[in-house]
Amino acid sequence: MPLERTLRGVRLIGDRTLRIVERVGATVAFLGLILAQSGPSFRRFGLVIREIFYAGVQSLIIILVSGLFVGMVLGLQGHETLQNYGSEQSVGVLVALSLVRELGPVVSALLFASRAGSAITAEIGLMKATEQLSAMEMMAVSPIARVVAPRFWGGVFSMPLLAMLFSAMGIIGGFLVAVVIIGVDDGAFWSQMQAAVDFRHDIVNGIIKSVVFGVAVSAIATFEGYEAPPTAEGVSGATTRTVVSSSLAILALDLVMTAFMLKGWN
Amino acid sequence: MERGTLNLWVGIFVLLGFISFLMLAFKVGNLTAGGSGSTYTVVAHFDNIGQLKERAPVRSAGVLVGRVQGVQFDPVHYNAEVTMAIDSQFKFPKDTSASVLTSGILGEQYIGLDAGGDDKMLKNGDEIKLTQGAMVLERLIGQFLFSKAQEGNADKGGQK
Repeated sequence: MPLERTLRGVRLIGDRTLRIVERVGATVAFLGLILAQSGPSFRRFGLVIREIFYAGVQSLIIILVSGLFVGMVLGLQGHETLQNYGSEQSVGVLVALSLVRELGPVVSALLFASRAGSAITAEIGLMKATEQLSAMEMMAVSPIARVVAPRFWGGVFSMPLLAMLFSAMGIIGGFLVAVVIIGVDDGAFWSQMQAAVDFRHDIVNGIIKSVVFGVAVSAIATFEGYEAPPTAEGVSGATTRTVVSSSLAILALDLVMTAFMLKGWN
Repeated sequence: MERGTLNLWVGIFVLLGFISFLMLAFKVGNLTAGGSGSTYTVVAHFDNIGQLKERAPVRSAGVLVGRVQGVQFDPVHYNAEVTMAIDSQFKFPKDTSASVLTSGILGEQYIGLDAGGDDKMLKNGDEIKLTQGAMVLERLIGQFLFSKAQEGNADKGGQK
């Protein structure tokens, strides 16, 4: 009896694992499908511009405001701790490096997943539920080329821009708190930052990260919408799954990329 | 939404992104310093490099002139071989000396170059012969204790 129960437990673990792996595999296969059918979205770039507006421009406010707040908090916290070592001027280095390397790409990707990714999933899922996608297929228009690919590319183009705006805003926030309010020396703040931040290894690597996150979030969001069961619960479940799995994907990919980037494989 | 308004907003978005890229590159990063790109490499052997790492700064008179490109153990001489990439606009005499220094008490380590008086200049691939390794705190303390102990012995010897 206990053996059977254990076996059932182990089987359950195996089943769950296989489902997760299947889902990851299906998402990657879907990404391949999008790439194969993205010709039309570049020939009619207006479609992508429209999606950049909905994914990127409409996320601007949340990205800019959160960037400012994150930078201000970094400035406050960094100053508080660095004061103990008598090196308050290094607060600029702390703010800039943590934003450019990590927080800018990661936090803006998390915000992007919940602000734009969920909207993409809900939109495509609802189109499927109301049989608009089937109608397109009837007219011999590929829904992947016409609906999915422009949204995917809109997300991929918006993400690095949003991440850079987040970092820039955060550094301005850190500057406001550390220099304007607390009174750290202005020159030391910027000069130490410039000495420590390397264009190739910090800024470009941050942009590479944000592009990868853009691809991951957009692929997951469009996949979940396209595969959503065509019911009200199906669409709501798919929207939740988009936010959960893209957040996990962002953090996991970030760990892997950071490990490679710090070792300097490029 | 109308096509023109859409394009306008996306244009503003892309411009903002581009401006923040420029700010990151020039105001935050150091694209201006050492951005000329062309460098020449020189090699130096040190007894001990302490915590010196790749990409550590190479300074002369406190000014950044290059970066450490690589640190390797030399199995023939049993010391550390450091490769430095120095900006081509700065030429140093052949008898320049290099030492591993620390910025501040707990700061990062860098290589300081002190120019010599030779007429010939360092070329790509040359070696800096005059070097001084890093000060290792444990060794300094050890030396200090040793010299104290010797003083104590000398005092005893004097009393006898």
